[in-house]
Amino acid sequence: MNYEALGLKAGIEIHQQLNTREKLFCGCPTTLRKFEERTGEFYRYLRATESEMGEIDRAAKEEMKHLRRFTYYAYDTTCLVENDEEPPSPLNPEALEICLTIARMFGMTPVEQVHTMRKLVIDGSNTSGFQRTALVALRGDIPGGGTIETICLEEEAAQRVQDNIFSLDRLGIPLVEITTSPCMHTPEEVARVAGYLGMVLRSTGRVKRGLGTIRQDINISIREGARVEIKGVQELDLIAEVVRREATRQVALLEIRETLRERNAGLLEEPVDVTALFKETKSSILKKAACILAVVLPGFAGLVGREIQPGRRLGSEFSDYAKKCGVGGIFHTDELPAYGVTGDEVEELRKFTKAGHDDCVVLVASSIEKAACAASQVMERARMALEGVPEETRRMLEGGSTAYMRPLPGAARMYPETDVLPVSIGSDTWEFIEVPELLTERAKRYSEELGLDAGVARQIAYSEHLQLFDRAISEGISPGLASRTLLSTMKELSRDGVPVEAIGDEAVIAVMKSVEEGRAAKEAVPGILGSVAGGTPLEDAIAQCAPAISTGDLEALIQGIVKERSLFVAEKGMAALGPLMGVVMAEVRGSVDGKLVSELLRKEIAKACRPD
Amino acid sequence: MTEFSSGDRVICRYGGVPQEGTYITERDGKAVIKLDSGYNIGVSHSECDILERWSPAVPPEVVISQDESLPLLSILSTGGTIASRIDYRTGAVTSQFDAADILRAIPGLSTIGRYRTTKLYTILSENMTPGIWQELARAVYNEIRAGATGVIITHGTDTMAYSAAAVSFMVESPVPVIFVGSQRSADRPSSDNVMNALCSASAATSPLGEVAVVMHDSTSDDRCAVHRGTRVRKMHTSRRDAFQSIGIPPLGYVEYPSLDVKLSDHAVTRGEKEPQLSDSLEEKCGLVYFHPGMDAGILECYRGYRGLAIAGTGLGHVNTGLIEGIGSLIDEGCVVVMTSQCLHGRVCDRVYDTGRDLLRAGVVEGGDMLPEVALVKLMWVLGNVPDRERATAMMEMNLAGEINRRSLHEL
Repeated sequence: MNYEALGLKAGIEIHQQLNTREKLFCGCPTTLRKFEERTGEFYRYLRATESEMGEIDRAAKEEMKHLRRFTYYAYDTTCLVENDEEPPSPLNPEALEICLTIARMFGMTPVEQVHTMRKLVIDGSNTSGFQRTALVALRGDIPGGGTIETICLEEEAAQRVQDNIFSLDRLGIPLVEITTSPCMHTPEEVARVAGYLGMVLRSTGRVKRGLGTIRQDINISIREGARVEIKGVQELDLIAEVVRREATRQVALLEIRETLRERNAGLLEEPVDVTALFKETKSSILKKAACILAVVLPGFAGLVGREIQPGRRLGSEFSDYAKKCGVGGIFHTDELPAYGVTGDEVEELRKFTKAGHDDCVVLVASSIEKAACAASQVMERARMALEGVPEETRRMLEGGSTAYMRPLPGAARMYPETDVLPVSIGSDTWEFIEVPELLTERAKRYSEELGLDAGVARQIAYSEHLQLFDRAISEGISPGLASRTLLSTMKELSRDGVPVEAIGDEAVIAVMKSVEEGRAAKEAVPGILGSVAGGTPLEDAIAQCAPAISTGDLEALIQGIVKERSLFVAEKGMAALGPLMGVVMAEVRGSVDGKLVSELLRKEIAKACRPD
Repeated sequence: MTEFSSGDRVICRYGGVPQEGTYITERDGKAVIKLDSGYNIGVSHSECDILERWSPAVPPEVVISQDESLPLLSILSTGGTIASRIDYRTGAVTSQFDAADILRAIPGLSTIGRYRTTKLYTILSENMTPGIWQELARAVYNEIRAGATGVIITHGTDTMAYSAAAVSFMVESPVPVIFVGSQRSADRPSSDNVMNALCSASAATSPLGEVAVVMHDSTSDDRCAVHRGTRVRKMHTSRRDAFQSIGIPPLGYVEYPSLDVKLSDHAVTRGEKEPQLSDSLEEKCGLVYFHPGMDAGILECYRGYRGLAIAGTGLGHVNTGLIEGIGSLIDEGCVVVMTSQCLHGRVCDRVYDTGRDLLRAGVVEGGDMLPEVALVKLMWVLGNVPDRERATAMMEMNLAGEINRRSLHEL
């Protein structure tokens, strides 16, 4: 696909959790919990509130199509602020400082006075019904082209456990939202920029790591298409694919529009009650429904079943809209007979609804109320198909296709959080913000100054052990030992089922130091760390795996072994080195560096072979 | 310098990016601009220029029809937020008050009753005065006489319990008189205002026949509790279930969302009493919260007062050094009632010497009365009963459910 010709425009919103001590608006820690650790549950209903002009935000309205009850899990690490039962604390200064640091790294201009807003979100993910968010800085640059429009400091939403159940541990963790302008024109460019922004964020060393701690929303449009926001892309590798698939979807929707126009498709008629037609049906869904409504879509035959993205048809879009009313999905004649509906029944249906050859009939089955709601949603979406691509917020499905979530929110969804006072950012604050070294620069420096292989240097700079590595180097541990231990040894131990998270930073440093001091051989490192992970005190672990042996003792031991095997040595000369290495290493049980043994042994053999 | 006014369209060049927005207000020397993205930012006024002056749009008229077959409920507003709306332009939350506004904000109300609404005040409840309690009592009485099936009073939560107690003493009611408020602001989708309002309307049509507070029973949106006006207290600064009955179980519950009302046996039922208004109050009354080391000189401030409620410690004690001063107030004609800071349990000044000395000085034991209720009761009794001895005796009698003969063990 030629994306430039399509007029592809894309922008990114990156949401990155910050690793602060406390949450954004309360004193709770920013730790995630297991659901079974919850200490309480409660439930609430959320309602869309009216704006002054009597408007309800269109995205909020969509969520309210049927009143939902939301259940929340509380923990001993959450408080009344997460419960929406206590006014928020002042904006967390630590989070603001990290946000300003990031803003400086992009050369942005901080807002003189930061105002916290309430953004209506009534999908249940915020107990209050809004998310608190503040615009902190404006306009920055992305090297290689492109601009960042804004950086905002926001509170993280609660995590969905399932359906309408949410867990409050994540609610309120600070996150930064970085919004780029729609400055990208190819899928690959989007992926590159997302990768770069992520690298800059990690360079601060103060962001959370791991799955779910960074999420990308992507805004995409093509010429004649519409702006679509795709939420929650977590894997960097999928970004380009998501963009490709959205471009494909928009192209397909525009082609469908053209076909509809060619067929002069237009006016939709009111839904028809066809409950009686399916009295004796074999389809269990239709049989148990109190009401079945048929929507005739003139000119849509063959188009509803048309694939618009891998695994998605226009019918999937209709179904997503209908589901907002609480129905399970829809049937349409492009895919029937199937699901227990017979060919005869389809014929009957077409006859009864007077559907023509070019028309598609969509069925919704549920209670009278839900079916009526779902039918009107299907008609609404069908009307949009005549227009082309609707502006929507969508969520990513596995593989990179997307499903409809809600309309794009309007401007009617933000108003001031009056419980949080504005924060002034004076030049005294801004000037003192220190800009950290980028990870890319750090990798280069490791390679140049520490003599690490370029690949290893990059790996260590990007790894979560970066800070520990820096500390090891500053405490005199050799870069090779440190990088090997942190990158390979730990990973191997973890792969072998060792609970490496139980090994504290102190222990890792101490083990590496004992190698540097000659108290343990580097070969013994995995064994010692394994014992420590299993709960053995550090010194005991060193003693077990690597009983201390001084160089003097080692020399004496080697002299003894060579002397005992003097004939063998005399016969083999230097070739005795290999076999004797094995004997010595067995004696010292791996507690001595092999290089040292080999060196001493070589010296001793040479001495023994030298003619007196 | 350009004069900005709220609502003006402006262009803001801050940060080198011209952006359009709306001027909201001035805050600490900065112009607060609502950008078209919805975000507010504070910038120097010199960064902004006016594009267009604001001309207010007329909000659309909404006609609300009421079902004449439903019971007539009267809503008296004192400034509560039962129906408020957000001004997204300025962010202000404004209290609305006519039937249309309320029914539009809380559509479910229209299926419970038809409404007559009166805006008495628009004040924060900490600014209530005994004078306003009197006006409120008269308004309630008038609504009952005019045939209301029930009366709903929307009220700020801070002093709702005082007002409920005051109306309990001043009005004898054959119909439910329900106080309701909300703990979380009405602009938020999670506000408790909708559920509390619906439950209060349902309670107002129920077989109840007394003054009550109807508010969330737990942190969940599961049901509201109906509390007696003289036994209720705000026990939390911010939780939805801040209101609790002290010393007695609630009068009943209103389930949500079914709005079914279940009343306890001890609730006074509809029609038991004839409507009656006794709206005099003696405002020269006070409430003193004793603390260790309290200066006896404080009592001098109450010289000339006709009534004084003391929130004492434990069974009803104050420092021995204060007893003489208290005795002197009583000698000058002040009625002094002892209550306890414990809130739960009954005062008994016959157990320790200090208590016996207080009784000897003429202090009245307030039984299990809440300190604030004792204050309001003093005002009412002294306002309506000129004879001091009879007034003193009435302070020990149960008049409106404020004193219980028995202390129940589960509570």
